[in-house]
Amino acid sequence: MFQIIKKEILAPSIKLFNVSAPEIAAKAQPGQFIILRIDEKGERIPLTIADFDREKGLLTLIFQEVGRSTKELGELNEGDSILDLVGPLGMPSDIEKFGRVICVGGGVGVAPVYPITRAMKQAGNEVISIIGARNGESLILEQEMQKVSDQLYVVTDDGSAGMKGFVTTKLQEILAEEKKPDLIVAIGPLVMMQAVSELTRPYGIKTVVSLNSIMVDGTGMCGACRVPVGSKTQFACVDGPEFDGHQVDWAVAAMRARMFTDEEKIAMDRYHHHAGGECQCQKKK
Amino acid sequence: MSKEKIKVDRQEMPLQDAAARSKNFNEVSLGYTLEQALLEASRCLTCKKPQCIEGCPVDVEIPSFIKFIQEENFQSAINKIKEKNNLPAICGRVCPQENQCEKYCIIGKKSKPVAIGRLERFAADWEMKHGDTKSNPVEPTGKKVAVVGSGPSGLTVAADLAMLGHEVTVMEALHIPGGVLVYGIPEFRLPKAIVQREIDSIKKLGVTVKTNAVVGKINTVDELLNGDYDAVFIGTGAGLPYFMDIPGENYNGVYSANEFLTRNNLMKGYLFPEYMTPIKIGEKVAVIGAGNVAMDSARTALRLGAKECYIVYRRSENEMPARKEEIEHAVEEGVQLQLLTSPVEIIGDESGRVKALICQRFELGEPDESGRRSPVAIPGSEYEMEMDTVIMALGQGPNPLISQTTPDLQTNKRGNIAADEATGQTSKPGVFAGGDIVTGAATVIKAMGAGKKAAKAIHEYLTAN
Repeated sequence: MFQIIKKEILAPSIKLFNVSAPEIAAKAQPGQFIILRIDEKGERIPLTIADFDREKGLLTLIFQEVGRSTKELGELNEGDSILDLVGPLGMPSDIEKFGRVICVGGGVGVAPVYPITRAMKQAGNEVISIIGARNGESLILEQEMQKVSDQLYVVTDDGSAGMKGFVTTKLQEILAEEKKPDLIVAIGPLVMMQAVSELTRPYGIKTVVSLNSIMVDGTGMCGACRVPVGSKTQFACVDGPEFDGHQVDWAVAAMRARMFTDEEKIAMDRYHHHAGGECQCQKKK
Repeated sequence: MSKEKIKVDRQEMPLQDAAARSKNFNEVSLGYTLEQALLEASRCLTCKKPQCIEGCPVDVEIPSFIKFIQEENFQSAINKIKEKNNLPAICGRVCPQENQCEKYCIIGKKSKPVAIGRLERFAADWEMKHGDTKSNPVEPTGKKVAVVGSGPSGLTVAADLAMLGHEVTVMEALHIPGGVLVYGIPEFRLPKAIVQREIDSIKKLGVTVKTNAVVGKINTVDELLNGDYDAVFIGTGAGLPYFMDIPGENYNGVYSANEFLTRNNLMKGYLFPEYMTPIKIGEKVAVIGAGNVAMDSARTALRLGAKECYIVYRRSENEMPARKEEIEHAVEEGVQLQLLTSPVEIIGDESGRVKALICQRFELGEPDESGRRSPVAIPGSEYEMEMDTVIMALGQGPNPLISQTTPDLQTNKRGNIAADEATGQTSKPGVFAGGDIVTGAATVIKAMGAGKKAAKAIHEYLTAN
């Protein structure tokens, strides 16, 4: 069992947990992820590691409540425990001194971008960050990102915080400047990562993205997370989750993300049925 | 005397009715009754020079345990089996006895062989109901062994070494131990409660089982050796799914058999939405391949509500690698065999879901290196089959997580760990390996046989120091 030491609500549907997992915290690297299972009937939920504290043995997990399982996860409180937690999984980010690095985070994708940004800064890079959200209320980790970036830009769809527009709006402006970055790291919704990759492609700037594919075991055993990258089919869980955004087949990635749309709806309906008190059953702990 | 014995017919295994069982996940084979077990045991000649043992990868003293059944001394029967085999309830269910012990049975020369596997299962199930696993306290040696993977080879190594007094920790990547016995083989063929019971009895020997532990990630083999452990056994199995590399393989509705079976067996997808892991099946299902995993997938698909389910295989029935019994059960349940045919493309609809399978017909040519007649494609024979789901059951390769993170561990071209067949010794001192990670995908009992040999070698290694 893995105890939740601290819970914070970062935005209306985005929550942060500090979870006690000393062995995983000791080994976690930026870019890696964990898989957790809330309880006996739970599914295996992959979440990118947002931070780790090796001394205290804590992992920081930040997640958006998008479906039934993440909603149930969000209902857990400090002191509660998660049944299973496994990791660190996937390959770590390639951190070295590239020169000028732009880190782009969209929505809850700012969470995995944060430890990468910090590591890039520590490795001696000039780090420019762009973080975006639908609105100011949904924006997360602004202060944290500020601390580890030489320059931070905030953009929101509605302009309620920072500049109005998308992360690509700001990125376009920066790319139009003279000094080209040596590397771009972009994590967020698939459409955002695709848009960033398309934007940087003509400039020939290496663009790293992190795929949050559907997966079961997370150790290369099931192949649910497969995606064509260049001429090869890759497994996001063991070959990734980070890939060259210019090589990813975005159409296939988006299509495969829709595999269980119907079932996700069934699960949510059932959740509302229970949570709304329409049925007489005991709400499960 | 012996002539009379042959007169008793081989006792048939009582089965759940085919129509009923194709709708549920309960065990198909119900097990011998006491009367059947005694009748079947009476057929054994308890030969002085038994041939059957030669067919057993773990050398169970078959005539001795059957003699105990004849004498209705069931506790002694199971104890006798357990001297050599720590997973009898599992082996009695999933071993291909027809290619092993029963193949060598003398009775089988003139009549049908003694049903050794069914008797083994009877003894093991008897113990679950009536007996209790006794643990013999042994003098601790003070040596520690890490076993990576909790499938058949790992559990065997763990049990054997624990009985010799070594302190064993089994590390399992998934959240439940058992490996392929849990994620791969379905409930209707091997109930998970039975696997759990066998694992519990191994824990009673003093073995610690650590789940959610991915060796290669949370720690490396070197870290294990430099830390607490005196030796490491790697039994990580064949977990890497193969695909065909044909167009359309990424459409939604194409699963690896590993994904399909894991969703169903480990995650209990058949109970969705009570259990949270979804599994989607549709009405028409094609399973590509004809091994035991393919049969398990096809029979699972029917139980999940598929209206039509096909085994699509490029050779003929004679070459199908699955156990005959499994093929028979699948066909009885309604699985249809599409033989001498193989997919060349998967067609999807505009939303990205599987719509059809384009197959090409084959004929049999000269025998290939496997000794089976090779399939030869017939040009221009392509045809289309409407399909909602396609399951790739083409075999599995070795998972590279350990070899990638253990630089001085030699592997072969296919990525299997190179290990001595007699001892499991790898290229790295103190590191042993066995089961599918060494041989490529094989059977539960072969992995257990490798585990036996490795346990013996590890014991010698630990006590020689």
